[in-house]
Amino acid sequence: MMNMKRRTMLKGALIASAAALTPQAVLAAWPKEGFGAKSVPEALMGTLGSDSTSPSDAIKIKAPDIAENGAVVPVTVSTTLADVTSISILASANPSPLAASFDLGAGAAGFVSTRIKMGKTGDIVAVVKSGGSLHSNRKGVKVTIGGCGG
Amino acid sequence: MASIKIRAKNKSGVTTVKCLMTHPMETGSRKNKKTGKLIPAHFIQEVTAGLNGTTVLTAHWGGGVSKNPYMSFKLNGAASGDSLKINWVDNQGNSESAEAKVK
Repeated sequence: MMNMKRRTMLKGALIASAAALTPQAVLAAWPKEGFGAKSVPEALMGTLGSDSTSPSDAIKIKAPDIAENGAVVPVTVSTTLADVTSISILASANPSPLAASFDLGAGAAGFVSTRIKMGKTGDIVAVVKSGGSLHSNRKGVKVTIGGCGG
Repeated sequence: MASIKIRAKNKSGVTTVKCLMTHPMETGSRKNKKTGKLIPAHFIQEVTAGLNGTTVLTAHWGGGVSKNPYMSFKLNGAASGDSLKINWVDNQGNSESAEAKVK
């Protein structure tokens, strides 16, 4: 599982994003530009339509400082910002940074928690859309075993 | 197969929903060691949560979410006995849904 070379992984990621383009027509809402993007700003453009975010301390990211297993990194994002309409979680060092994007409807509080994969050490970026503008915060996570293989 | 486990618990007005789904979440960039061929991408793309029939959360996921995904969120204004439905659709067109009562 862990002996995959980095080059093949990158190549694979390209092929995968090309192959993944076909069946997605059914789900119009799934932002394929965002998930296919190779960098954090591109991913934000693709999902949220803008990459200008302002840093905010009102967003809290709970994640381990050192992840022993990059295949399963628990991430909790909570925010005290009002009027939160979406929360996106990105892992900056992954071949495709965008991991998950949550659209919160009426009644949902500014809190989501999930588990993501991290290929290598990097930042977890949380982007919160609140009152029409984007706010972000980041947290560095050191990965001792990569998670893209598993 | 029932592949979604849901727990929804109401505590002083805030309902915490936790759910666990069974899914391989293949990114499509992993290789089968024996054949050297890529394992096709197979991951959950969309998860929707509905409370008494109204959508309260829609999640879009990529291959960056871990295998057998876990998701948790909080709801204001849900009461005990309300029905919570979770539904997911993956990139191969499969879908699964489950329903639970808020405790």
